[in-house]
Amino acid sequence: MNNPQLDRDGNLKHLLSIEGLPKRILNQILDTAESFVGVAEREVKKVPLLRGKTVCNLFFENSTRTRTTFEIAAKRLSADVISLNVSTSSQSKGETILDTVDNLIAMHADMFVVRHAQSGAAHLIAKHVPPHIHVVNAGDGRHSHPTQGLLDVFTIRKYKPELHNLRIAIVGDVLHSRVARSEIHALTTLGVPEIRVIAPKTLLPTQVEKLGVHVFHDMEAGLKDVDVVMMLRLQNERMSGAMLPSSQEYFKTYGLTQEKLKFAKPDAIVMHPGPMNRGVEIDSNVADGKQSVILPQVTYGIAIRMAVMALLAGGLPAQQESAGGSQTGPAGDA
Amino acid sequence: MANNHSNSPTPQLPNAEDLLKVLAQKLEPLLQENTALVGIHSGGVWLMQRLLSLLENTISKYKIEHGTLDVSFYRDDYAQRGLKTENRPSQIPFEVENKHIILIDDVFYTGRTTRAAMNELFDYGRPASISLLALVNRGGRELPIAPQIVAAEIPLDASQHLQLTKLADGSLTLELTQHNSARTQEHE
Repeated sequence: MNNPQLDRDGNLKHLLSIEGLPKRILNQILDTAESFVGVAEREVKKVPLLRGKTVCNLFFENSTRTRTTFEIAAKRLSADVISLNVSTSSQSKGETILDTVDNLIAMHADMFVVRHAQSGAAHLIAKHVPPHIHVVNAGDGRHSHPTQGLLDVFTIRKYKPELHNLRIAIVGDVLHSRVARSEIHALTTLGVPEIRVIAPKTLLPTQVEKLGVHVFHDMEAGLKDVDVVMMLRLQNERMSGAMLPSSQEYFKTYGLTQEKLKFAKPDAIVMHPGPMNRGVEIDSNVADGKQSVILPQVTYGIAIRMAVMALLAGGLPAQQESAGGSQTGPAGDA
Repeated sequence: MANNHSNSPTPQLPNAEDLLKVLAQKLEPLLQENTALVGIHSGGVWLMQRLLSLLENTISKYKIEHGTLDVSFYRDDYAQRGLKTENRPSQIPFEVENKHIILIDDVFYTGRTTRAAMNELFDYGRPASISLLALVNRGGRELPIAPQIVAAEIPLDASQHLQLTKLADGSLTLELTQHNSARTQEHE
């Protein structure tokens, strides 16, 4: 199977999932994001790369934070941005996803940022669009949320640049998390030697060990000497079924408190993808404490999304370039 | 290409280290209290670092600040060539507002890099003035932009590519290569 995310020359064409991205591309995105971090600290927080391009945020499922950060990222690249909350518009009138997409292409959209409750929605759109149009997956079902995974890796690299020496623990609802799998994959690809998951059995996928992680059901043992603690959001809707007794019970066993954080290394950082359930998976003292990098994650998320969009939108599509190249007049270079 | 030099034989290239000294001599009288130096990656940054040490006394006397620019986000060939960054972010750790900025680049060619650098600088603030210093002016500009301070004028064909290289011992050297097609030429 050829990789739908890369073009014939091996450049990034769509960002659909971290799985299938070679180390070279992961590093390219992370390094490019590094350059974008500084842009936000300037007087003019914009660069002209995507001037004249139209980015469509297609959100078939609500996610204010993700939509906002994609919107800011696109605007800082000087793109025109349209955010469509599709769940409340055409879909309810019966239009199919691909019809919605075709209509937006007819309006000359250049890039789609897609969020959907169904796994594979972004893949479907990527397969459908013509070659000059790019698709970014902003979360599809339980499957993948690649920019979240990338921004987490970027944050880790910022605080703990020696990825080869790290011990990282992912705590919580790994089963329903679209981020955890992407993250485990990215961290392994980039050479992190030890990744642990800490969760009750009911919140772990079967055969989770096959991802190359160490499984713990106990916070004290699992957090011992880790450099990074990545908390996952416990979705309230999971609480009702047979999976968990109650949120108080969960907090007692798996909620991250200062006491439990002491098992980790003293300089360990605490991460959370948001939105947080204070008092369920994380205690306020920890969330607001000095080891927390939860807000920097949000800031870096913009740089990562800028990097992804800038890498996607630049350059001619592969076949156009190899076909002619005559469209560049004299002195096109330099 | 816009320029039409007919000097196809490879010219004798001057020694970059000698040119650097000429550059330092020309730059020194222009330094004053409100000056700041900005090197353009990569060659311009190497040059700036050398100039900072060559002119150490004057630099510290006037407390001259410096920064670096990676103009990738401002290049005009993004739509053709895509984005190429090498994890060397722009760093302007001083107020650009009202500064007399001296941009430093290795080889001046079309002026497009300078255009990109000026656009980026203005996103940091409004400088009092911008001047351009280059080690070599190779001819062939395509914009109404020219360096004020150069150490050498070496007119070259469009098919020739002049590049500053840093050797393992830290010294700088100029390298000339021939290209079959002007289209594949690197941005200078």
